[in-house]
Amino acid sequence: MSTPIAIAREVRDAVLDLLAEYGMALDQDRLDDWAALFTDDCDYRVISRENEEQGLPNVMIWCDNRDMLLDRIESYRHVNEYNLHWDRHVIGLPRHLGLIDGLWQVEASYSAFQTDLEGVSRLFSVGRYRMGLRVEAGAARIRSAVVVADTGLIPTLLATPL
Amino acid sequence: MGFKVDWERNDYSRIPHWLYHDNEVYRLEMERIFRGPLWHYLCLEAEVRRPGDFRTTWVGDTPVVVTRDKKDELHAWVNRCSHRGATIVRQVHGNSADHVCIYHRWCYSPSGDLTGIPFRRGLKGEGGMPADFSPASVSPRKLRLVNFHGVLFGTFSEQCESIEDFLGEFGTGMIRRFMHKPVRVLGYSRQLIHGNWKLYAENLRDTYHASLLHEFFVTYGVDRATQKGGVKMDARHRHNMNHAYAASDTQDEARAAYAGTAGVELDRMKLRDTKLLQYIPEFEDGMNLAAPTFFPSSIIIQINNTLGTRHIRPKGVNQLEVFQTLFGYEDDTPDMIRHRLVLANLVGPAGLVSMEDGEAIELAHRTSASAPVGSSSVVEMGGRGPLRDLAHRVTETPIRGFWSYWSELMGVEPEGGVR
Repeated sequence: MSTPIAIAREVRDAVLDLLAEYGMALDQDRLDDWAALFTDDCDYRVISRENEEQGLPNVMIWCDNRDMLLDRIESYRHVNEYNLHWDRHVIGLPRHLGLIDGLWQVEASYSAFQTDLEGVSRLFSVGRYRMGLRVEAGAARIRSAVVVADTGLIPTLLATPL
Repeated sequence: MGFKVDWERNDYSRIPHWLYHDNEVYRLEMERIFRGPLWHYLCLEAEVRRPGDFRTTWVGDTPVVVTRDKKDELHAWVNRCSHRGATIVRQVHGNSADHVCIYHRWCYSPSGDLTGIPFRRGLKGEGGMPADFSPASVSPRKLRLVNFHGVLFGTFSEQCESIEDFLGEFGTGMIRRFMHKPVRVLGYSRQLIHGNWKLYAENLRDTYHASLLHEFFVTYGVDRATQKGGVKMDARHRHNMNHAYAASDTQDEARAAYAGTAGVELDRMKLRDTKLLQYIPEFEDGMNLAAPTFFPSSIIIQINNTLGTRHIRPKGVNQLEVFQTLFGYEDDTPDMIRHRLVLANLVGPAGLVSMEDGEAIELAHRTSASAPVGSSSVVEMGGRGPLRDLAHRVTETPIRGFWSYWSELMGVEPEGGVR
Protein backbone atom coordinates (compact mmCIF):
# COMPACT_ATOMS: atom_id res chain seq x y z
CA MET A 1 0.00 0.00 0.00
CA SER A 2 1.48 3.33 -0.99
CA THR A 3 1.65 6.22 1.44
CA PRO A 4 -1.40 8.47 1.23
CA ILE A 5 -0.55 11.58 -0.74
CA ALA A 6 -1.31 14.92 0.79
CA ILE A 7 -3.64 16.58 -1.68
CA ALA A 8 -5.06 20.02 -1.00
CA ARG A 9 -8.79 20.08 -0.35
CA GLU A 10 -9.31 22.45 -3.28
CA VAL A 11 -7.62 20.06 -5.67
CA ARG A 12 -9.77 17.16 -4.44
CA ASP A 13 -12.89 19.29 -4.83
CA ALA A 14 -11.91 20.39 -8.32
CA VAL A 15 -11.37 16.77 -9.38
CA LEU A 16 -14.73 15.68 -7.96
CA ASP A 17 -16.48 18.53 -9.76
CA LEU A 18 -14.78 17.63 -12.99
CA LEU A 19 -15.72 13.94 -12.81
CA ALA A 20 -19.32 14.79 -11.90
CA GLU A 21 -19.62 17.15 -14.85
CA TYR A 22 -17.82 14.69 -17.16
CA GLY A 23 -20.44 11.98 -16.65
CA MET A 24 -23.47 14.25 -16.63
CA ALA A 25 -22.37 16.19 -19.73
CA LEU A 26 -22.18 12.91 -21.65
CA ASP A 27 -25.44 11.56 -20.25
CA GLN A 28 -27.34 14.79 -20.90
CA ASP A 29 -26.01 14.94 -24.45
CA ARG A 30 -24.10 18.15 -23.74
CA LEU A 31 -21.10 17.03 -25.77
CA ASP A 32 -19.76 20.52 -26.31
CA ASP A 33 -19.69 21.01 -22.54
CA TRP A 34 -17.89 17.69 -22.28
CA ALA A 35 -15.28 18.80 -24.86
CA ALA A 36 -14.87 22.07 -22.95
CA LEU A 37 -13.50 20.05 -20.02
CA PHE A 38 -10.41 19.29 -22.11
CA THR A 39 -7.42 21.56 -22.72
CA ASP A 40 -6.63 22.58 -26.32
CA ASP A 41 -3.56 20.32 -26.30
CA CYS A 42 -5.45 17.40 -24.80
CA ASP A 43 -5.04 13.73 -25.60
CA TYR A 44 -8.11 11.45 -25.32
CA ARG A 45 -7.97 7.73 -25.97
CA VAL A 46 -10.29 4.79 -25.61
CA ILE A 47 -8.37 1.54 -25.45
CA SER A 48 -9.17 -1.98 -24.32
CA ARG A 49 -7.63 -3.61 -21.31
CA GLU A 50 -6.83 -6.63 -23.48
CA ASN A 51 -4.50 -4.52 -25.62
CA GLU A 52 -3.02 -2.63 -22.70
CA GLU A 53 -2.11 -5.81 -20.84
CA GLN A 54 -0.35 -7.14 -23.93
CA GLY A 55 1.51 -3.86 -24.40
CA LEU A 56 -0.21 -3.31 -27.75
CA PRO A 57 -0.87 0.27 -28.83
CA ASN A 58 -4.15 -0.16 -30.74
CA VAL A 59 -6.83 2.43 -30.00
CA MET A 60 -10.58 2.50 -30.50
CA ILE A 61 -10.62 6.30 -30.38
CA TRP A 62 -7.62 8.61 -30.30
CA CYS A 63 -7.91 12.38 -30.41
CA ASP A 64 -4.56 14.05 -29.85
CA ASN A 65 -5.96 17.59 -29.62
CA ARG A 66 -9.30 19.25 -28.94
CA ASP A 67 -10.03 19.86 -32.64
CA MET A 68 -10.13 16.10 -33.14
CA LEU A 69 -12.54 15.78 -30.23
CA LEU A 70 -14.78 18.39 -31.82
CA ASP A 71 -14.56 16.58 -35.18
CA ARG A 72 -15.66 13.36 -33.42
CA ILE A 73 -18.63 15.14 -31.89
CA GLU A 74 -19.62 16.72 -35.19
CA SER A 75 -19.34 13.40 -37.00
CA TYR A 76 -21.43 11.77 -34.26
CA ARG A 77 -24.06 14.48 -34.53
CA HIS A 78 -24.29 14.82 -38.30
CA VAL A 79 -22.56 12.00 -40.14
CA ASN A 80 -22.56 8.68 -38.28
CA GLU A 81 -25.52 6.37 -37.74
CA TYR A 82 -25.67 4.44 -34.48
CA ASN A 83 -28.08 2.70 -32.13
CA LEU A 84 -30.46 5.31 -30.72
CA HIS A 85 -30.05 5.33 -26.96
CA TRP A 86 -29.55 7.28 -23.76
CA ASP A 87 -26.29 6.99 -21.84
CA ARG A 88 -25.75 6.69 -18.10
CA HIS A 89 -22.28 6.93 -16.57
CA VAL A 90 -21.64 5.94 -12.98
CA ILE A 91 -18.20 7.13 -11.98
CA GLY A 92 -16.43 5.86 -8.87
CA LEU A 93 -14.33 7.76 -6.38
CA PRO A 94 -11.09 9.19 -7.73
CA ARG A 95 -7.81 7.77 -6.55
CA HIS A 96 -5.03 10.37 -6.48
CA LEU A 97 -1.58 9.35 -7.67
CA GLY A 98 0.23 12.66 -7.21
CA LEU A 99 1.51 15.56 -9.29
CA ILE A 100 3.71 14.83 -12.31
CA ASP A 101 4.91 17.60 -14.63
CA GLY A 102 2.24 19.96 -13.34
CA LEU A 103 -0.58 17.45 -13.94
CA TRP A 104 -2.60 15.84 -11.16
CA GLN A 105 -2.74 12.12 -11.83
CA VAL A 106 -6.08 10.57 -11.04
CA GLU A 107 -7.80 7.27 -11.76
CA ALA A 108 -11.44 6.30 -11.31
CA SER A 109 -13.64 3.37 -12.25
CA TYR A 110 -16.67 3.90 -14.46
CA SER A 111 -19.64 1.94 -15.60
CA ALA A 112 -21.65 3.03 -18.61
CA PHE A 113 -25.16 1.80 -19.29
CA GLN A 114 -27.25 2.28 -22.40
CA THR A 115 -31.04 2.47 -22.52
CA ASP A 116 -32.91 2.18 -25.77
CA LEU A 117 -35.87 4.37 -26.70
CA GLU A 118 -38.31 1.77 -25.37
CA GLY A 119 -36.64 1.81 -21.98
CA VAL A 120 -34.58 -1.37 -22.12
CA SER A 121 -31.25 -0.90 -20.31
CA ARG A 122 -28.05 -2.85 -20.69
CA LEU A 123 -24.57 -2.69 -19.25
CA PHE A 124 -22.49 -1.21 -22.06
CA SER A 125 -18.99 -0.82 -20.66
CA VAL A 126 -16.98 -0.95 -17.46
CA GLY A 127 -13.44 0.20 -17.02
CA ARG A 128 -11.16 2.84 -15.64
CA TYR A 129 -10.32 6.45 -16.40
CA ARG A 130 -6.69 7.46 -16.11
CA MET A 131 -6.39 11.21 -16.26
CA GLY A 132 -3.75 13.91 -16.08
CA LEU A 133 -5.47 17.10 -14.89
CA ARG A 134 -4.48 20.75 -14.85
CA VAL A 135 -5.94 22.48 -11.80
CA GLU A 136 -6.04 26.27 -11.91
CA ALA A 137 -8.16 28.72 -9.95
CA GLY A 138 -10.13 25.92 -8.33
CA ALA A 139 -11.12 24.26 -11.63
CA ALA A 140 -9.72 21.12 -13.22
CA ARG A 141 -9.33 20.52 -16.95
CA ILE A 142 -8.23 17.37 -18.72
CA ARG A 143 -4.84 17.35 -20.39
CA SER A 144 -4.92 13.60 -20.92
CA ALA A 145 -7.60 10.97 -20.50
CA VAL A 146 -7.18 7.30 -21.22
CA VAL A 147 -10.35 5.24 -20.99
CA VAL A 148 -9.22 1.67 -20.36
CA ALA A 149 -12.28 -0.45 -21.13
CA ASP A 150 -12.41 -3.83 -19.41
CA THR A 151 -15.32 -4.43 -21.77
CA GLY A 152 -13.20 -4.99 -24.84
CA LEU A 153 -16.06 -6.76 -26.59
CA ILE A 154 -18.05 -3.68 -27.60
CA PRO A 155 -21.79 -4.39 -27.74
CA THR A 156 -23.11 -3.25 -31.14
CA LEU A 157 -20.81 -0.24 -31.61
CA LEU A 158 -19.17 2.64 -29.77
CA ALA A 159 -20.44 6.06 -30.81
CA THR A 160 -20.97 8.26 -27.75
CA PRO A 161 -17.68 8.90 -25.99
CA LEU A 162 -17.01 6.98 -22.79
CA MET B 1 -31.22 -34.77 -43.59
CA GLY B 2 -34.57 -33.32 -44.47
CA PHE B 3 -33.22 -29.80 -44.71
CA LYS B 4 -34.61 -27.97 -47.76
CA VAL B 5 -34.64 -24.37 -48.89
CA ASP B 6 -37.61 -22.91 -50.74
CA TRP B 7 -35.57 -20.81 -53.18
CA GLU B 8 -37.80 -18.46 -55.17
CA ARG B 9 -35.15 -18.07 -57.84
CA ASN B 10 -32.10 -20.04 -58.85
CA ASP B 11 -29.84 -16.94 -59.06
CA TYR B 12 -30.11 -16.15 -55.32
CA SER B 13 -31.68 -12.76 -55.97
CA ARG B 14 -34.19 -13.62 -53.23
CA ILE B 15 -32.90 -14.88 -49.86
CA PRO B 16 -35.50 -16.35 -47.49
CA HIS B 17 -35.42 -14.48 -44.17
CA TRP B 18 -35.73 -17.64 -42.09
CA LEU B 19 -32.23 -18.78 -43.09
CA TYR B 20 -30.81 -16.22 -40.62
CA HIS B 21 -32.95 -17.33 -37.70
CA ASP B 22 -33.07 -21.10 -37.67
CA ASN B 23 -31.14 -23.15 -35.11
CA GLU B 24 -31.02 -26.22 -37.33
CA VAL B 25 -29.53 -24.22 -40.19
CA TYR B 26 -26.90 -22.89 -37.78
CA ARG B 27 -26.05 -26.38 -36.54
CA LEU B 28 -25.68 -27.65 -40.11
CA GLU B 29 -23.53 -24.64 -41.05
CA MET B 30 -21.10 -25.52 -38.27
CA GLU B 31 -20.90 -29.09 -39.61
CA ARG B 32 -20.96 -28.58 -43.37
CA ILE B 33 -19.21 -25.21 -43.71
CA PHE B 34 -16.99 -24.61 -40.69
CA ARG B 35 -16.01 -28.27 -40.31
CA GLY B 36 -16.47 -28.79 -44.04
CA PRO B 37 -14.08 -28.99 -47.02
CA LEU B 38 -12.63 -25.49 -47.03
CA TRP B 39 -9.89 -23.43 -45.39
CA HIS B 40 -10.58 -21.11 -42.46
CA TYR B 41 -8.59 -18.12 -41.20
CA LEU B 42 -6.96 -18.86 -37.83
CA CYS B 43 -4.58 -16.00 -37.05
CA LEU B 44 -1.33 -14.43 -38.27
CA GLU B 45 2.02 -16.17 -37.99
CA ALA B 46 3.32 -13.01 -36.30
CA GLU B 47 1.10 -13.85 -33.32
CA VAL B 48 2.89 -17.16 -32.65
CA ARG B 49 6.43 -16.15 -33.38
CA ARG B 50 8.53 -17.97 -30.78
CA PRO B 51 8.64 -21.66 -29.84
CA GLY B 52 5.99 -22.29 -27.18
CA ASP B 53 3.81 -19.36 -28.27
CA PHE B 54 0.12 -20.09 -28.43
CA ARG B 55 -3.04 -18.19 -29.31
CA THR B 56 -6.66 -19.27 -29.09
CA THR B 57 -9.06 -18.71 -31.95
CA TRP B 58 -12.30 -20.12 -33.36
CA VAL B 59 -13.38 -22.05 -36.41
CA GLY B 60 -17.10 -21.43 -36.41
CA ASP B 61 -18.17 -22.32 -32.88
CA THR B 62 -15.22 -24.68 -32.33
CA PRO B 63 -12.50 -23.34 -29.99
CA VAL B 64 -9.05 -23.87 -31.47
CA VAL B 65 -5.50 -23.41 -30.16
CA VAL B 66 -2.71 -22.40 -32.53
CA THR B 67 0.78 -23.20 -31.25
CA ARG B 68 4.41 -23.19 -32.29
CA ASP B 69 6.41 -26.10 -30.90
CA LYS B 70 10.10 -26.16 -29.98
CA LYS B 71 10.97 -27.51 -33.42
CA ASP B 72 9.35 -24.34 -34.84
CA GLU B 73 6.42 -26.23 -36.31
CA LEU B 74 2.93 -24.75 -36.22
CA HIS B 75 -0.09 -26.70 -35.02
CA ALA B 76 -3.80 -26.17 -34.59
CA TRP B 77 -6.04 -28.38 -32.48
CA VAL B 78 -9.40 -28.31 -30.80
CA ASN B 79 -9.26 -26.70 -27.37
CA ARG B 80 -11.39 -29.33 -25.66
CA CYS B 81 -10.03 -31.84 -23.16
CA SER B 82 -10.25 -35.47 -24.25
CA HIS B 83 -11.38 -36.49 -20.79
CA ARG B 84 -14.53 -34.50 -19.96
CA GLY B 85 -14.72 -31.92 -22.73
CA ALA B 86 -13.45 -29.02 -20.62
CA THR B 87 -11.56 -26.04 -22.03
CA ILE B 88 -7.84 -26.81 -21.88
CA VAL B 89 -6.19 -23.47 -22.69
CA ARG B 90 -7.91 -20.64 -20.84
CA GLN B 91 -5.61 -17.75 -21.77
CA VAL B 92 -6.12 -15.93 -25.05
CA HIS B 93 -2.39 -16.06 -25.76
CA GLY B 94 0.90 -16.90 -24.08
CA ASN B 95 3.94 -19.13 -24.14
CA SER B 96 4.07 -22.55 -22.58
CA ALA B 97 5.96 -25.84 -22.95
CA ASP B 98 2.73 -27.77 -22.36
CA HIS B 99 -0.99 -27.27 -21.76
CA VAL B 100 -2.76 -28.71 -18.76
CA CYS B 101 -6.51 -29.03 -18.28
CA ILE B 102 -7.16 -27.87 -14.71
CA TYR B 103 -9.96 -30.37 -14.04
CA HIS B 104 -7.93 -33.60 -13.70
CA ARG B 105 -4.59 -32.21 -14.94
CA TRP B 106 -4.54 -34.07 -18.23
CA CYS B 107 -1.57 -32.70 -20.09
CA TYR B 108 -1.08 -31.88 -23.78
CA SER B 109 1.99 -31.04 -25.82
CA PRO B 110 2.10 -27.96 -28.10
CA SER B 111 1.31 -30.28 -31.00
CA GLY B 112 -1.96 -31.23 -29.31
CA ASP B 113 -1.00 -34.74 -28.25
CA LEU B 114 -2.26 -36.10 -24.95
CA THR B 115 0.99 -36.71 -23.06
CA GLY B 116 0.04 -37.05 -19.43
CA ILE B 117 -2.78 -38.58 -17.35
CA PRO B 118 -2.32 -38.36 -13.57
CA PHE B 119 -2.65 -41.71 -11.78
CA ARG B 120 -2.83 -43.52 -15.11
CA ARG B 121 -1.15 -46.54 -13.46
CA GLY B 122 -3.11 -46.08 -10.25
CA LEU B 123 -1.71 -45.77 -6.74
CA LYS B 124 0.21 -48.57 -5.08
CA GLY B 125 -1.01 -51.00 -7.68
CA GLU B 126 -4.67 -50.08 -7.35
CA GLY B 127 -6.97 -48.10 -9.64
CA GLY B 128 -5.74 -46.28 -12.70
CA MET B 129 -6.74 -46.58 -16.33
CA PRO B 130 -7.08 -49.97 -18.02
CA ALA B 131 -3.72 -51.28 -19.21
CA ASP B 132 -4.75 -51.12 -22.85
CA PHE B 133 -5.91 -47.49 -22.70
CA SER B 134 -4.37 -45.55 -25.59
CA PRO B 135 -3.93 -41.80 -25.03
CA ALA B 136 -3.20 -41.30 -28.74
CA SER B 137 -6.61 -42.65 -29.63
CA VAL B 138 -8.38 -39.87 -27.74
CA SER B 139 -6.07 -36.90 -28.44
CA PRO B 140 -7.93 -33.70 -29.36
CA ARG B 141 -8.87 -33.37 -32.99
CA LYS B 142 -6.14 -31.70 -35.01
CA LEU B 143 -6.66 -29.35 -37.91
CA ARG B 144 -4.54 -29.36 -41.03
CA LEU B 145 -2.73 -26.04 -40.97
CA VAL B 146 -1.08 -24.05 -43.72
CA ASN B 147 1.02 -20.95 -43.35
CA PHE B 148 0.31 -18.97 -46.49
CA HIS B 149 2.81 -16.09 -46.50
CA GLY B 150 2.25 -15.41 -42.81
CA VAL B 151 -1.51 -15.94 -42.73
CA LEU B 152 -2.51 -19.19 -41.02
CA PHE B 153 -5.45 -21.19 -42.32
CA GLY B 154 -6.81 -24.45 -40.97
CA THR B 155 -9.29 -27.11 -41.98
CA PHE B 156 -10.92 -30.14 -40.39
CA SER B 157 -11.30 -31.74 -43.80
CA GLU B 158 -9.04 -34.21 -45.57
CA GLN B 159 -10.83 -33.56 -48.87
CA CYS B 160 -10.01 -29.88 -49.05
CA GLU B 161 -8.42 -28.48 -52.20
CA SER B 162 -4.98 -26.83 -51.91
CA ILE B 163 -4.84 -23.41 -50.27
CA GLU B 164 -3.76 -21.88 -53.60
CA ASP B 165 -6.77 -23.35 -55.38
CA PHE B 166 -9.06 -22.35 -52.55
CA LEU B 167 -7.92 -18.72 -52.42
CA GLY B 168 -7.75 -18.38 -56.19
CA GLU B 169 -5.77 -15.90 -58.20
CA PHE B 170 -6.66 -12.64 -56.51
CA GLY B 171 -6.77 -14.24 -53.07
CA THR B 172 -3.22 -15.56 -53.27
CA GLY B 173 -2.04 -12.35 -54.94
CA MET B 174 -3.62 -10.09 -52.36
CA ILE B 175 -2.25 -12.03 -49.39
CA ARG B 176 1.24 -11.77 -50.90
CA ARG B 177 0.61 -8.04 -51.32
CA PHE B 178 -0.37 -7.47 -47.68
CA MET B 179 2.31 -9.83 -46.36
CA HIS B 180 5.15 -8.68 -48.60
CA LYS B 181 7.33 -7.98 -45.56
CA PRO B 182 7.20 -8.99 -41.87
CA VAL B 183 4.15 -7.62 -40.11
CA ARG B 184 3.87 -6.23 -36.62
CA VAL B 185 0.56 -6.67 -34.77
CA LEU B 186 -0.63 -3.34 -33.33
CA GLY B 187 -3.55 -4.79 -31.40
CA TYR B 188 -7.07 -6.10 -31.46
CA SER B 189 -10.63 -4.93 -31.32
CA ARG B 190 -13.78 -6.87 -30.66
CA GLN B 191 -17.41 -6.10 -31.38
CA LEU B 192 -20.48 -8.15 -30.48
CA ILE B 193 -23.26 -7.74 -32.99
CA HIS B 194 -26.71 -9.14 -32.28
CA GLY B 195 -27.23 -10.67 -35.67
CA ASN B 196 -26.66 -13.86 -37.62
CA TRP B 197 -23.07 -14.30 -38.86
CA LYS B 198 -24.19 -14.42 -42.50
CA LEU B 199 -25.45 -10.84 -42.29
CA TYR B 200 -21.90 -9.69 -41.63
CA ALA B 201 -20.51 -11.98 -44.35
CA GLU B 202 -22.98 -10.43 -46.78
CA ASN B 203 -22.17 -6.94 -45.59
CA LEU B 204 -18.55 -7.55 -46.61
CA ARG B 205 -19.82 -8.44 -50.11
CA ASP B 206 -22.20 -5.50 -50.41
CA THR B 207 -20.33 -2.59 -51.93
CA TYR B 208 -23.68 -0.91 -52.58
CA HIS B 209 -24.03 0.04 -48.90
CA ALA B 210 -20.50 1.27 -48.32
CA SER B 211 -20.79 4.80 -49.59
CA LEU B 212 -24.44 5.18 -48.48
CA LEU B 213 -24.51 3.87 -44.91
CA HIS B 214 -20.96 4.97 -44.08
CA GLU B 215 -21.52 8.61 -44.74
CA PHE B 216 -18.14 9.62 -43.38
CA PHE B 217 -16.57 7.99 -46.45
CA VAL B 218 -18.51 10.24 -48.78
CA THR B 219 -18.68 13.41 -46.75
CA TYR B 220 -14.93 13.56 -46.43
CA GLY B 221 -14.03 11.76 -49.65
CA VAL B 222 -12.28 8.71 -48.17
CA ASP B 223 -14.16 6.40 -50.52
CA ARG B 224 -16.92 7.15 -52.98
CA ALA B 225 -18.69 5.02 -55.55
CA THR B 226 -17.43 7.49 -58.17
CA GLN B 227 -13.81 6.47 -57.56
CA LYS B 228 -12.18 4.09 -59.98
CA GLY B 229 -12.56 0.64 -58.54
CA GLY B 230 -14.76 -2.40 -58.64
CA VAL B 231 -15.55 -5.84 -57.41
CA LYS B 232 -13.71 -8.99 -58.35
CA MET B 233 -14.75 -12.51 -57.56
CA ASP B 234 -12.95 -15.83 -57.79
CA ALA B 235 -14.03 -18.39 -60.40
CA ARG B 236 -16.50 -20.00 -57.97
CA HIS B 237 -17.82 -16.56 -56.85
CA ARG B 238 -17.39 -17.43 -53.19
CA HIS B 239 -14.68 -14.87 -52.39
CA ASN B 240 -14.73 -11.26 -53.48
CA MET B 241 -12.65 -8.16 -53.47
CA ASN B 242 -13.81 -4.60 -53.18
CA HIS B 243 -11.13 -2.17 -54.26
CA ALA B 244 -10.63 1.45 -55.22
CA TYR B 245 -7.83 3.70 -56.31
CA ALA B 246 -6.84 6.82 -54.42
CA ALA B 247 -7.66 10.20 -55.97
CA SER B 248 -9.31 8.69 -59.05
CA ASP B 249 -12.46 10.83 -59.10
CA THR B 250 -13.10 14.55 -58.76
CA GLN B 251 -15.21 16.38 -56.24
CA ASP B 252 -17.50 17.56 -59.08
CA GLU B 253 -18.14 14.02 -60.34
CA ALA B 254 -18.95 12.89 -56.84
CA ARG B 255 -21.22 15.85 -56.16
CA ALA B 256 -23.21 15.17 -59.32
CA ALA B 257 -23.56 11.45 -58.57
CA TYR B 258 -24.79 11.89 -55.01
CA ALA B 259 -27.08 14.86 -55.75
CA GLY B 260 -30.55 14.14 -54.43
CA THR B 261 -29.57 11.12 -52.30
CA ALA B 262 -31.37 11.57 -49.00
CA GLY B 263 -29.03 11.60 -46.02
CA VAL B 264 -25.84 11.86 -48.04
CA GLU B 265 -24.39 15.28 -48.66
CA LEU B 266 -20.97 16.11 -49.92
CA ASP B 267 -19.05 19.15 -48.75
CA ARG B 268 -21.40 19.74 -45.88
CA MET B 269 -18.62 19.66 -43.39
CA LYS B 270 -14.92 20.08 -43.04
CA LEU B 271 -12.71 18.40 -40.49
CA ARG B 272 -10.85 20.79 -38.22
CA ASP B 273 -7.97 18.33 -38.11
CA THR B 274 -7.49 16.61 -41.46
CA LYS B 275 -4.80 14.11 -40.52
CA LEU B 276 -7.46 11.38 -40.43
CA LEU B 277 -7.72 11.78 -44.19
CA GLN B 278 -4.02 11.67 -44.97
CA TYR B 279 -2.98 8.73 -47.06
CA ILE B 280 0.64 7.77 -47.42
CA PRO B 281 0.95 5.60 -50.56
CA GLU B 282 2.50 2.28 -49.58
CA PHE B 283 1.51 -0.27 -52.23
CA GLU B 284 2.72 -0.30 -55.81
CA ASP B 285 -0.75 -1.04 -57.19
CA GLY B 286 -2.05 2.38 -56.10
CA MET B 287 -5.06 1.05 -54.22
CA ASN B 288 -6.11 2.91 -51.08
CA LEU B 289 -9.00 0.55 -50.50
CA ALA B 290 -8.41 -3.16 -50.86
CA ALA B 291 -10.58 -5.72 -49.16
CA PRO B 292 -10.16 -9.35 -50.25
CA THR B 293 -12.91 -11.29 -48.49
CA PHE B 294 -12.67 -15.04 -48.06
CA PHE B 295 -15.56 -17.45 -47.72
CA PRO B 296 -16.93 -17.91 -45.18
CA SER B 297 -15.73 -15.56 -42.53
CA SER B 298 -12.54 -13.54 -42.98
CA ILE B 299 -11.25 -10.46 -44.70
CA ILE B 300 -7.96 -8.62 -44.99
CA ILE B 301 -8.72 -4.97 -45.29
CA GLN B 302 -6.81 -1.82 -46.15
CA ILE B 303 -8.55 1.50 -45.67
CA ASN B 304 -5.87 4.07 -46.46
CA ASN B 305 -3.03 3.20 -44.05
CA THR B 306 -5.03 1.02 -41.69
CA LEU B 307 -4.33 -2.63 -42.33
CA GLY B 308 -6.07 -5.45 -40.57
CA THR B 309 -7.79 -8.77 -40.64
CA ARG B 310 -11.37 -9.21 -39.53
CA HIS B 311 -12.59 -12.58 -38.41
CA ILE B 312 -16.30 -13.30 -38.04
CA ARG B 313 -16.88 -15.56 -35.05
CA PRO B 314 -20.44 -16.92 -34.93
CA LYS B 315 -21.79 -16.96 -31.37
CA GLY B 316 -25.03 -18.84 -31.82
CA VAL B 317 -27.68 -18.17 -34.43
CA ASN B 318 -28.38 -14.65 -33.14
CA GLN B 319 -24.92 -13.20 -32.42
CA LEU B 320 -21.53 -12.75 -33.98
CA GLU B 321 -18.23 -11.33 -32.82
CA VAL B 322 -16.10 -9.28 -35.19
CA PHE B 323 -12.50 -9.85 -34.12
CA GLN B 324 -10.14 -7.39 -35.75
CA THR B 325 -6.36 -7.63 -35.76
CA LEU B 326 -4.71 -4.37 -36.72
CA PHE B 327 -1.19 -4.57 -38.11
CA GLY B 328 1.64 -2.59 -39.60
CA TYR B 329 5.11 -3.68 -40.62
CA GLU B 330 8.21 -4.39 -38.59
CA ASP B 331 10.09 -1.69 -40.46
CA ASP B 332 7.46 1.01 -39.80
CA THR B 333 9.00 4.18 -38.42
CA PRO B 334 7.57 5.54 -35.14
CA ASP B 335 5.81 8.23 -37.22
CA MET B 336 4.22 5.60 -39.44
CA ILE B 337 3.00 3.61 -36.43
CA ARG B 338 1.52 6.80 -35.01
CA HIS B 339 -0.15 7.52 -38.35
CA ARG B 340 -1.65 4.03 -38.50
CA LEU B 341 -2.98 4.40 -34.95
CA VAL B 342 -4.50 7.81 -35.69
CA LEU B 343 -6.19 6.23 -38.71
CA ALA B 344 -7.44 3.44 -36.45
CA ASN B 345 -10.12 6.05 -35.59
CA LEU B 346 -11.66 5.10 -38.92
CA VAL B 347 -12.06 1.37 -38.29
CA GLY B 348 -13.19 -0.98 -35.54
CA PRO B 349 -16.21 -0.76 -33.22
CA ALA B 350 -15.87 3.02 -32.86
CA GLY B 351 -14.64 3.51 -36.42
CA LEU B 352 -15.85 6.67 -38.10
CA VAL B 353 -16.30 4.70 -41.33
CA SER B 354 -17.29 1.34 -39.86
CA MET B 355 -19.40 1.75 -36.74
CA GLU B 356 -22.69 1.78 -38.67
CA ASP B 357 -22.38 -1.88 -39.69
CA GLY B 358 -23.22 -2.97 -36.14
CA GLU B 359 -26.46 -1.02 -36.15
CA ALA B 360 -27.49 -1.92 -39.71
CA ILE B 361 -26.99 -5.64 -39.09
CA GLU B 362 -28.91 -5.53 -35.81
CA LEU B 363 -31.81 -3.74 -37.52
CA ALA B 364 -31.89 -6.33 -40.31
CA HIS B 365 -31.66 -9.25 -37.90
CA ARG B 366 -34.21 -7.94 -35.42
CA THR B 367 -36.96 -7.20 -37.87
CA SER B 368 -36.48 -10.01 -40.37
CA ALA B 369 -36.95 -12.47 -37.47
CA SER B 370 -40.69 -11.89 -37.40
CA ALA B 371 -41.17 -11.75 -41.17
CA PRO B 372 -43.83 -14.19 -42.39
CA VAL B 373 -42.85 -17.54 -43.86
CA GLY B 374 -42.13 -17.13 -47.56
CA SER B 375 -40.74 -13.60 -47.28
CA SER B 376 -37.24 -12.86 -48.45
CA SER B 377 -34.72 -10.11 -49.03
CA VAL B 378 -34.17 -8.59 -52.46
CA VAL B 379 -30.67 -8.85 -53.94
CA GLU B 380 -30.80 -7.41 -57.45
CA MET B 381 -28.54 -4.39 -57.39
CA GLY B 382 -25.93 -5.10 -60.05
CA GLY B 383 -28.26 -7.42 -61.95
CA ARG B 384 -29.92 -10.84 -61.92
CA GLY B 385 -28.88 -14.12 -63.46
CA PRO B 386 -25.25 -15.11 -64.01
CA LEU B 387 -22.60 -14.04 -61.53
CA ARG B 388 -19.89 -11.82 -62.96
CA ASP B 389 -17.25 -9.26 -62.02
CA LEU B 390 -18.07 -5.60 -62.28
CA ALA B 391 -15.92 -2.57 -62.90
CA HIS B 392 -18.04 -0.52 -60.53
CA ARG B 393 -19.20 -0.89 -56.98
CA VAL B 394 -22.92 -0.26 -57.11
CA THR B 395 -23.55 -3.96 -56.79
CA GLU B 396 -24.63 -6.77 -54.53
CA THR B 397 -23.65 -9.56 -56.91
CA PRO B 398 -21.01 -11.02 -54.54
CA ILE B 399 -23.82 -11.64 -52.03
CA ARG B 400 -25.44 -13.92 -54.60
CA GLY B 401 -22.05 -15.60 -55.04
CA PHE B 402 -21.85 -16.18 -51.29
CA TRP B 403 -25.26 -17.88 -51.29
CA SER B 404 -24.40 -19.96 -54.30
CA TYR B 405 -21.40 -21.53 -52.56
CA TRP B 406 -23.26 -21.71 -49.24
CA SER B 407 -25.97 -23.72 -51.00
CA GLU B 408 -23.45 -26.06 -52.60
CA LEU B 409 -21.81 -26.80 -49.25
CA MET B 410 -25.14 -27.13 -47.46
CA GLY B 411 -26.47 -29.40 -50.19
CA VAL B 412 -29.48 -27.22 -50.98
CA GLU B 413 -28.76 -25.81 -54.45
CA PRO B 414 -31.92 -25.13 -56.47
CA GLU B 415 -32.35 -26.78 -59.83
CA GLY B 416 -30.06 -24.99 -62.29
CA GLY B 417 -28.65 -22.80 -59.50
CA VAL B 418 -26.08 -20.29 -60.75
CA ARG B 419 -22.48 -20.88 -59.71
